[in-house]
Amino acid sequence: MITVEHLTKCYGDFLAVDDLSFEIDEGHVYGFLGPNGAGKSTTMNIMTGCLSATAGHVRIDGHDIFDEADKAKKLIGYLPEQPPLYMSETPEEYLRFVGRAKGLKKGELERQVEEVIRQTKLEDVRRRLISKLSKGYKQRVGIAQALLGNPKVIILDEPTVGLDPIQIIEIRDLIRQLGQTHTVILSSHILSEVQAICDQIMIIARGKLVAFDEPQNLEKLLTGSNEIFFTTEASPQETAKILDAMEEIQEWEILKDEDLVEENAGAGKDAFADNAFAETADTAKDHGSETVFDAEDDRMETVGEYKSSQTAVAGQKVEEKEGLEPETVSVRVAIGNADSRGVCRSLFFAFAGSGRALLELSAKKASLEDVFIELTESEVPEE
Amino acid sequence: MIAVLRHELSIYFRSFTAYVFGAFLLVFVGIGAMIYNLQQAVANFEYVLSFVCMVFVVIVPLLTMRVIAEEKKQKTDQLLYSLPITTLQVVMGKFLALLTVYLIPLCVIAVYPLVFAQFGDVYLPTSYGSIAAFFVMGAALLALGMFLSSLTENQGFAAGIGVAVILLNYYSVTLAEYVSSTALGSVIVLWVFIILLGVLVKHITRNENLAYGVSLALMAVTCVTYYLDSSKFEGLIPEIMTKLSLFERFYTFVNGVFDLTAIFYYLTVIGFFLFLTVQSLEKRRYN
Repeated sequence: MITVEHLTKCYGDFLAVDDLSFEIDEGHVYGFLGPNGAGKSTTMNIMTGCLSATAGHVRIDGHDIFDEADKAKKLIGYLPEQPPLYMSETPEEYLRFVGRAKGLKKGELERQVEEVIRQTKLEDVRRRLISKLSKGYKQRVGIAQALLGNPKVIILDEPTVGLDPIQIIEIRDLIRQLGQTHTVILSSHILSEVQAICDQIMIIARGKLVAFDEPQNLEKLLTGSNEIFFTTEASPQETAKILDAMEEIQEWEILKDEDLVEENAGAGKDAFADNAFAETADTAKDHGSETVFDAEDDRMETVGEYKSSQTAVAGQKVEEKEGLEPETVSVRVAIGNADSRGVCRSLFFAFAGSGRALLELSAKKASLEDVFIELTESEVPEE
Repeated sequence: MIAVLRHELSIYFRSFTAYVFGAFLLVFVGIGAMIYNLQQAVANFEYVLSFVCMVFVVIVPLLTMRVIAEEKKQKTDQLLYSLPITTLQVVMGKFLALLTVYLIPLCVIAVYPLVFAQFGDVYLPTSYGSIAAFFVMGAALLALGMFLSSLTENQGFAAGIGVAVILLNYYSVTLAEYVSSTALGSVIVLWVFIILLGVLVKHITRNENLAYGVSLALMAVTCVTYYLDSSKFEGLIPEIMTKLSLFERFYTFVNGVFDLTAIFYYLTVIGFFLFLTVQSLEKRRYN
């Protein structure tokens, strides 16, 4: 459907899009995800023919957006970041103009204008001035405009920015509906949004495509990201011995807990507590309900309780430490894509078998958020 | 193109611009007709038109200032780029809309000579020849105004520059008399323009070598020509200024000559500025 090949765009010295290539099939909702300034809008502008590329090609159904602009543009409906509306017109007049410019003739024009007005639920405001409409309605007029001419692909640049939560939900529902009949590409820097609507996610960072997959696969993508943390009363030597004997575990390291506790008790412990908190929060999230909203709520709730309990635990630990016995060791185990529950079981029995208790055991699974942060932040040191 | 034309017309007639433009033109034609045709009892309607020319300084920028600047400001130009119409079609649609708005008061003006003919001897061919030339000259100024509007996203700026440029053009013949007509003076003025051209080339292409190359080459050419035959430069600048004046050519029509060269000149100016407008819009895709 859409083929993007080696797309590059420079603004003077600034490289906005860097050798971007991907292919988009028909009939899905695609999410274009990236932090602000990653090159999302630039890419979309090039794909729709609003901007030229410094190098590379964009083909829509085999038609080059520059060489066969007319044919290619007829296949695309585009809503730029700021909806391109004429404030002095009513939605009806505006849509008629766009329809005419897209080459629709009388009967067909009226029919399609009626249809998109119905589809985007603009019936109530069709004769009001666009300048008097709320942001949500303006956004819908923008989407209605993109739908005219019945294009195969609809490209929406940050369609929910600046809307209130109810409007966001309405627009999302609309996009979901559109996804059943069109190929939809939408950009966003909001992760939960993309996760909620899209079948396929493209993550772009610093002008490069860093990932392109289904949301579930993206979580798996980060190999070695699933980890288990545990604290045991065994000595470091014993721990090493036990872990080396276990087949499931290839990679592990002892966290330098002692250093933290002894050198700067307060700060170190806090850091540890925060770390542990993050793990638990993430685990909570994994167990949590499907939507990200809920998971985030869970996380929020956990903050208060967990932090206090952690500090308390850490405090006890210090006391125990100062009274010499018993020594504890914290270990991080990277298990890749292995089943974390199974590994936890083996760990428990392995340590129990040697008569050493596990004081803490928690599994951390990579979430889409981790993938996003990892992919978009990881390249910083290289540059 | 038709879609853009219809859309532009609906915008002009919804806002007051089209009415203000028409009213201004008609008021001044009315005043002119009163002074020349009624009070002084002259039978030539073309004098009225030559009197009214000055109004273009105000009303052309008034009409053209928003034509592209506003699209840029409201970001609606993105819509135009993404629609399956070419930039040329957009520019032509907009220009034809401007012409339509301009043509409507002209239709009213075209009645004047007929009315006067009822009460005396009016030589109609010169009157209508002048009205035709008046239309073409106005069209050239509108094309210029549209180009200026495409350079900025600030309407006020577009209008200001428009007034300044048209005013300079209006007075260029008068100014030409005061400009140095010596050969050396001409060379110096040419150099200034060559340097400005170099700056422009540098600004557009971002290629310093090209800018220096073009400027130095042109300066060398003027130098060499000057040393070979300095008489070529005598009176050059005043001549150029006179030649470039859109208004000066119109007075030929007022004097009763239907000058095809002038019509051709106006059409060239229209074509030139429409071309520049298209380029200026296309450039936004390449920045």
